[in-house]
Amino acid sequence: MKEPSTVKGLEYWRWQEYHRVMPNKKWTNKDIITAGVDVGSVGSKAAIMINGEAYSWGITRTGSNSPESAIKALDYALEGTGLKVGDLKYIVGTGYGRVNVPMANKAITEIACHAKGANYIWGPSVRTVLDVGGQDIKAIRIDETGRVVSFLMNDKCAAGTGRGMEVFADLLQIPIEEIGDISLKVEKEPEPVSCTCVAFAKTEAMGLLRKGWSREKVLAAYTRAMAVRMANLINRVGLERELVITGGQSKNKGIVTRIETILGVKTLPSPNWREANSLDPMVAGAFGAALFAKALYDKAQKA
Amino acid sequence: MNTVGMDLGTQRVKVVVLKDGEIASRGQALSGFDPAKAAEQAVNEALKKANLKLSDVAYFVATGSAMDIAPYANSTVSMMGADAKAGVFLFPKARTIIDVGAEEARAVKCDEKGIMVDFVVNERCAAGAGVFIEAMARALEVKLEDMGPLALKAERASPINASCVIFGESDVVSLIHRQEPKPEIARAVFDAMADRISSMIHRLGVNPDVVLVGGVAKDEGFVASLNRKLGVNVMVPDYPDYAGALGAALTAATRAKETQK
Repeated sequence: MKEPSTVKGLEYWRWQEYHRVMPNKKWTNKDIITAGVDVGSVGSKAAIMINGEAYSWGITRTGSNSPESAIKALDYALEGTGLKVGDLKYIVGTGYGRVNVPMANKAITEIACHAKGANYIWGPSVRTVLDVGGQDIKAIRIDETGRVVSFLMNDKCAAGTGRGMEVFADLLQIPIEEIGDISLKVEKEPEPVSCTCVAFAKTEAMGLLRKGWSREKVLAAYTRAMAVRMANLINRVGLERELVITGGQSKNKGIVTRIETILGVKTLPSPNWREANSLDPMVAGAFGAALFAKALYDKAQKA
Repeated sequence: MNTVGMDLGTQRVKVVVLKDGEIASRGQALSGFDPAKAAEQAVNEALKKANLKLSDVAYFVATGSAMDIAPYANSTVSMMGADAKAGVFLFPKARTIIDVGAEEARAVKCDEKGIMVDFVVNERCAAGAGVFIEAMARALEVKLEDMGPLALKAERASPINASCVIFGESDVVSLIHRQEPKPEIARAVFDAMADRISSMIHRLGVNPDVVLVGGVAKDEGFVASLNRKLGVNVMVPDYPDYAGALGAALTAATRAKETQK
């Protein structure tokens, strides 16, 4: 791994934008091709499905203009597929910016979409979904079909959200995609930071650094505090196995491992998104939206 | 008889010297990394202004977040207790004292003697404290002291996510990109804060008269927003940031008398 402090002029918060086309999958004009576009506060994700099976997706950073971000994400998902927007039979928009997805036939809440998407990625055994997004955290209880039973949400506070993690990545000058692993490089888990408010935690972290704490230890103390918050939300909605984590922070091993320790349960392992034929839990909402799009298209055909 | 109250806050140490129950002088210093040293400086500054020596002081009382490491202190008083004492001393009819500091906000309900009856406090979230205004001023590229006058020029407030400093910063940046007028953004910042503070106070009940103290009380933009939200005109004393220190000095006077007996 590269030494982060030697990387000059790096924007530590910046995570990788990428797109993928599943290998060995082809589409024909007879197929029902649908799309889901999930415009989050931090990331915009678009997924394309062939007959309800994941085919391609794209992830980009959400800009200041939601409609543009939606278009950008969908174009990214279409890249290299030979498909055009006109080939998509039905498009569902979801996420924080769902009402601003210009090409969508319908908007559906991200809670329903994440539930559906988690069911798609991990199968019918999933009962609890923790979705950690850029600007909120949701704990969702679902049934074996991926339907929402109940949920709890924290959307008033940056603590534990992706945005909060970005602030810490910048503060500690550690690239965001490495903070999870680095937070686990401590011999002994330190006490969590006392204040979960990101603004206060930042002050506290600077004090700890001045006291001579290593960046790893400071990051461990912060990540621990955030994991405690998420575990509390899960406990409040009621934990039922299996538990899975979606959203950007499903890629943060520091968070996932700590939630498992605190709750005393293992999460279903996340597919490794870096592998060519693996799904990405960050795209769960867009997968769910594309599945709803398929169902809505089928229904419209029957009518 | 001379007594001294010290308020060791997260940003500044404030000191009030009382001579026979009247305010003789004030002093302050930045807390920095060593609040105890800052307190020494502030005490010496205030005593010098009052032409007094350390040995002339009958009793010292400390309050504030770093009260436990205060030098000279004979005893300490809770921040809520100090607020109640100071509020009723400054405005005898005061029954609700709101104190908005850099990192904490509280409201205290008290009786006519300045004894605390009940209180609420926000210390877990920066969105209800002075640092919120500071962070937004930085995002707006406006000096902190210009935020209030700027907000007073606005007829309406821009929509911002005011529940969180971190989200608020991103919102302010995108509003600037959208060329939203700065006065309207500034007003939104104060409205948001006033919203949080007033919902905190409503858990306690608003008993008139209402007094606002703490460093943020100096900000006329915030006072205007709070008045609108609460639907009452809050009273702001001169030197509102010294209220905690004043309350401590008043407590010191009472305790000095008790020990003399």
